[in-house]
Amino acid sequence: MEPVLEIRNLNVEYGLGDKAVRAVRDVNLTLHRGEVLGLAGESGSGKSTLAYGLTRLLAPPGVITGGEVIYHPEKSDPYDVLGLSDKALRAFRWAETAIVFQGAMNSLNPVHKISTQLTDVLKAHDPKMSEHSRNARAREMLKLVGIAADRMDAYPHQLSGGMRQRVMIGMALILQPQVVIMDEPTTALDVVMQRQILGQLIELRERLGFSVIFITHDLSLLVEFSNRIAIMYGGRIVEEAPANTIYRDALHPYSKGLLSSFPALRGPRRELAGIPGSPPDLAGMPSGCSFHPRCPKAFEPCSTHIPVLGRPDSPDGAARSVACWLHPTEQPVG
Amino acid sequence: MKYFLQRIAFYLFTAWAAITLNFFIPRLVPGDPVQSLIAKFRGQLSTEAINSLYVLFGLDDDKGLWAQYIDYWKQLFQGDLGLSFTFFPSPVSEIIGDALPWTVTLVGITTVISFLIGTGLGVFAGWRRGSWTDGLLPVTTFFSSVPYFWLGIIAIYLLTGPDSFFPSSGGFDSALVPAWDQYFIPSAIQHSLLPALTILISSVSGWILSMRNMMVTVSSEDYITVAHAKGLSERRVAVSYAARNALLPNISGFALSLGFIVGGTLLVEIVFSYPGLGFILLQALGAKDYPLMQGIFLVITISVLVANLLADLAYLLLDPRTRKEG
Repeated sequence: MEPVLEIRNLNVEYGLGDKAVRAVRDVNLTLHRGEVLGLAGESGSGKSTLAYGLTRLLAPPGVITGGEVIYHPEKSDPYDVLGLSDKALRAFRWAETAIVFQGAMNSLNPVHKISTQLTDVLKAHDPKMSEHSRNARAREMLKLVGIAADRMDAYPHQLSGGMRQRVMIGMALILQPQVVIMDEPTTALDVVMQRQILGQLIELRERLGFSVIFITHDLSLLVEFSNRIAIMYGGRIVEEAPANTIYRDALHPYSKGLLSSFPALRGPRRELAGIPGSPPDLAGMPSGCSFHPRCPKAFEPCSTHIPVLGRPDSPDGAARSVACWLHPTEQPVG
Repeated sequence: MKYFLQRIAFYLFTAWAAITLNFFIPRLVPGDPVQSLIAKFRGQLSTEAINSLYVLFGLDDDKGLWAQYIDYWKQLFQGDLGLSFTFFPSPVSEIIGDALPWTVTLVGITTVISFLIGTGLGVFAGWRRGSWTDGLLPVTTFFSSVPYFWLGIIAIYLLTGPDSFFPSSGGFDSALVPAWDQYFIPSAIQHSLLPALTILISSVSGWILSMRNMMVTVSSEDYITVAHAKGLSERRVAVSYAARNALLPNISGFALSLGFIVGGTLLVEIVFSYPGLGFILLQALGAKDYPLMQGIFLVITISVLVANLLADLAYLLLDPRTRKEG
């Protein structure tokens, strides 16, 4: 599969100098064309920071301190998003990578109509488009996400939470981007609505062929809806594998911990267990593997040496990678 | 529309209550205007004159409080606010009518200008927070905490004098007669410059501060991040997304300050002996001129109510969340 977005050695820090907090550390991740890549981890593991970092939307004092984000357009040569000028970045945003944000309730500007917010993005990216065709396109997008066209003139407060998030999804797809980043898109919604909206999204992805980075702390949703899953802990990716492989045979003790903290819908009953301890303080990270103080299987090298993300030494190890001393890696990936 | 009618009804009720209070309070105060007028003429009034004064002021004892109240309303609808003692025998409505344009022009224009400049600068300072604009903040905090009149006194002390361009008092050159001609208008503008500047400097800071702070608050909202992510131009995000939302609390502040145009800058008018309503009110207080005070309070009350109504209307226009369905 050909890549659409390659993240190479990305580092993001909050603050400057000695007091800087490293929220994303040496992250390497590749999104392939047409796939749904899940990104999971506890609160504060750096998954949202990663998403904001790769679109350069970090609010101060967040700074990208190193790395590359290579975007592969469909027909032209790849380029580094982090090196774009302000003007080129504005053109890149939403047209190539759109984002559906965490706060379903607050993502829409309360004082403008839905139609205004759908069409201003068209106007910004294609000033020559006529008002008539802008409106037609906006109506088409609403129809696509299952909202009646007469809601065009509604204000955000007149819509329910689920409808607002659908509008946001419609808005994200309006310029037919190659990549859609979903940052906990359904966290604020009830379970029924979550499933409906994600199901709809997967269906749209099959029709329109965009790739998705799906960020959530809800691993059960990822197992169901994504092709590949990357697990983040303390700003690093600790394991990455196809969704089924992670579900059946997670290698990293942290991934196992996350998986055993929610019940399976099918299959035999099993004991539910959380992960003892609490997420690490990003300002004072433990030495070695940052998970070692909480890890039930920690042994001698864990507290002194940082394990490198690489292919594990196992028979089906080709498509997966892990950063754990229990699974010595042959070569680093990336 | 229903909401709008409810608001109108509410304001009519408030106006009624205010006017009624305005009627009763002077009548509950011991003494009456005729007594103070007698004192003013140092006993040189005959008994007949005193009696006719009582009739003139509507204070002849035959009428009960209720009848007086009815009469008061009747007079009010005819625009008759009684006679002033200080400027006896001029009617109160005429005195207010003369003073009001001065105040409304001076304070009204400066309030609007101050709001526009302050809000504009506030949007800029809030959007570019963390840059050199933050250095302006201590200055604005200083000016917003300085009272108008103190700034006025300093301005008179420093800028006026026999050879100065700025006159130290009055609304126009005393050698001129008020008229819309090429002599009077420049003179009136020249006289208004210093008081206007005083009000402007001390009030603009407040607008800058409140607008900047609202901009900073709104800038961290999710929809601002979305607007950036959509690749909208910086200008569009700042104006149509951030400023448009940050403006809402400032609009109600602005409408309230419009209400205080009439009564709020009394001290500036006093410092500059500006022939506006505040200056008249000072004279009325000194002379215990009840009808004039009542008239001025009525004007202040009504202007505050009208300003509030305007604020409600502006909110209906600017914030769709306040509009009710149906």
